[in-house]
Amino acid sequence: MDTLLQQIINGLTLGSVYALVALGYTMVYGIIGLINFAHGELVMVGALTALSVIKGLAVAGLGLPPVVLMMAGLLVAMPVCMLLALIMERVAYRPLRGAPRLAPLITAIGVSIVLQNIAMMIWGRSYFSFPAVMSVTTYEFLGATITDLQILIVGMAAALMGGLLWIVHRTRLGLAMRATSQNLQVAGLMGINADRIIVAAFVIGAALAAVAGLMVSAYYGIAHYYMGFMLGLKAFTAAVLGGIGNLAGAMLGGLLLGLIEALGAGYIGDLTGGVFGSNYQDVFAFFVLIGVLIVRPSGLLGDKSVDRS
Amino acid sequence: MPSSQIRINSLAALIAAALLGLAGCSKEEPKPAAPAAPPPAPTVSVKIGIVAPLTGPQSHIGKDLENAVRLAADDANAAKIMIGGNQLKFEVMAEDDQADPKMAPVVAQKIVDAKVSAVVGHFNSGTTIPASKLYSDAGIAQISPSATNPKYTDQGFKTAYRVVANDNQQGKVVGEYIAKDLNAKTMAIIDDRTAYGQGVADVVEKSAKDAGVKIVAREFTTDKSTDFKAILTKIRSRKPDVIFFGGIDTQAGPMLQQMKGLGIKAQFVGADGIQSSELFKLGGDAVEGTLASFPGLPIEKMGQGKSFNDKYKARFKQDVVLYAPQGYDAFNVFVDAMKRAGSTESAKLLEKLPSTDYKGITGPIKFDDKGDIKDGPITMFKAVGGKWEAVATIGGAAPAAPAASAAPAAAEAPKADAKK
Repeated sequence: MDTLLQQIINGLTLGSVYALVALGYTMVYGIIGLINFAHGELVMVGALTALSVIKGLAVAGLGLPPVVLMMAGLLVAMPVCMLLALIMERVAYRPLRGAPRLAPLITAIGVSIVLQNIAMMIWGRSYFSFPAVMSVTTYEFLGATITDLQILIVGMAAALMGGLLWIVHRTRLGLAMRATSQNLQVAGLMGINADRIIVAAFVIGAALAAVAGLMVSAYYGIAHYYMGFMLGLKAFTAAVLGGIGNLAGAMLGGLLLGLIEALGAGYIGDLTGGVFGSNYQDVFAFFVLIGVLIVRPSGLLGDKSVDRS
Repeated sequence: MPSSQIRINSLAALIAAALLGLAGCSKEEPKPAAPAAPPPAPTVSVKIGIVAPLTGPQSHIGKDLENAVRLAADDANAAKIMIGGNQLKFEVMAEDDQADPKMAPVVAQKIVDAKVSAVVGHFNSGTTIPASKLYSDAGIAQISPSATNPKYTDQGFKTAYRVVANDNQQGKVVGEYIAKDLNAKTMAIIDDRTAYGQGVADVVEKSAKDAGVKIVAREFTTDKSTDFKAILTKIRSRKPDVIFFGGIDTQAGPMLQQMKGLGIKAQFVGADGIQSSELFKLGGDAVEGTLASFPGLPIEKMGQGKSFNDKYKARFKQDVVLYAPQGYDAFNVFVDAMKRAGSTESAKLLEKLPSTDYKGITGPIKFDDKGDIKDGPITMFKAVGGKWEAVATIGGAAPAAPAASAAPAAAEAPKADAKK
């Protein structure tokens, strides 16, 4: 029982990170129908920027408390990622707004590779260990252990997701975003500046990506220039699983994917009598995705977005 | 891009070597004026390849090897070795196989096409094995400083040699150490599914089982993973005394941190892949108490280990990471064979390699008929206060010295524990 609970805790932590990243994919897709494959790289840039800032401050020896260090890292990483998303949208995607759908998709892959290589030039190819500014405290909970970092990750992700839902459903900006996602032209006729809304979707997604980047590198204690690729792919899977274009779907998909991975890796060896081992961890995500898409082609919560083209 | 960079590096190294040589000459000139007078002997250049992962997660270990070979080449050039009236001028050709078994043959072909005399490398077992076929076909001698998978020399290639004990030797010792010295009753095993990680884990599993240890979990990861929580949670539920990991420090660092987060108290044991200084950076204080084997002597127990580290540090501004002494020795085994053969040709070199009897930094180097090193010693290290301390040396050509030195080292470890 404690093992199952522990796997659920592991899965929820991982799932919260996936959900935050998945939101970035789904917001942009919901509005302009573009799968921004470079979104994973924003997570990487966020992680490495925050890491550099924290390392720099730690080395400077100002004796700042860990929470301040983390916040400082985040406060630098978020604007950097937001600016990057702004440039990305302006330079790479806006000129292709009217182009066939494949063109921006391939551009997105190109942007992803460019960002990866720029990061490699800036930070180098080696793995960075996350500076041990935060001494992790472990709590016992019904036989399972949970660290304060895990609580922080899940709590922060929940707060951010709540905040995003509030923005989308309770503010004028959110109203404009929802209108634009329903029909870009008609929203324009209603006096909404579509360009601004699209930029807002990119920038909000980038801010969430920066937070996710800091979380994931602090959680695993490691960051490198290539980390955005697999994470982005998983988050994209989560978004599709939940129904791409649907905010609640992205959150659900992220959490589900995290749980599936943790439980899958923990139990497949026993369930299959050792035929499949935990080395198949990364396969589950895609296996479940295929299964869900066969039954529900638009994802778990995504019935609304199928008829728009 | 990497190749041009490497070319610039090697050029810089050559210039540096030349300058060093000149400086050496000018200093000694005043006394015997005669040696400087005759015209310099014609030089013949000898290309030696070094292949290792110079980019990616294992680049720190690969770069360590490249540095060692460059250092060896500089030393050999400074020694002004003469063969057949020509002075040898060693050139290093460094190539990056990215630790990728698919890249290894591609890079090996490039090395073969460049007509090198011999190759030091590759670093990983997974890359060394596919590449060895190409070197064998081309008749180029290869010494891996670090590939420990037995398959490498089991293929029967006349060109394949290594200067470290293989996984059968290493894994057997580690398995027995876990059973007897650690008194473990149960253990869990994780490997990264690479030729190296899986190979060493399989041998440890067998040898520990034979010694009466119960294997309660066998889990897997990859050499690119960072999330081990799921498999560690499963392992925790089986409560093993020992967790053995067959893999590299890049995974072991985060794995140790995640073990700590999950409150796992089992003794963590690894093989040479995690016995690096980098592990302390990647794993932080979670590394404390970790045990790791290494197919060789601790650098401070090597006869010239300290002076080698000093020389290395003076040149590269960092301590030896892992396999630099082995890389340096591998290069010098080639030089030794060339001297004995009186030729730099690959074929002549290959004839002389089996009869190698070279005293290197790592100890005496002799090969058995498969190309494995004879009597390679294996040392168990423990992580104490951010450093590796030798706790036991098993086997080796000179068992008397290591056995005597193992005792004080073993006594030191508890003392350090008590301090904490």
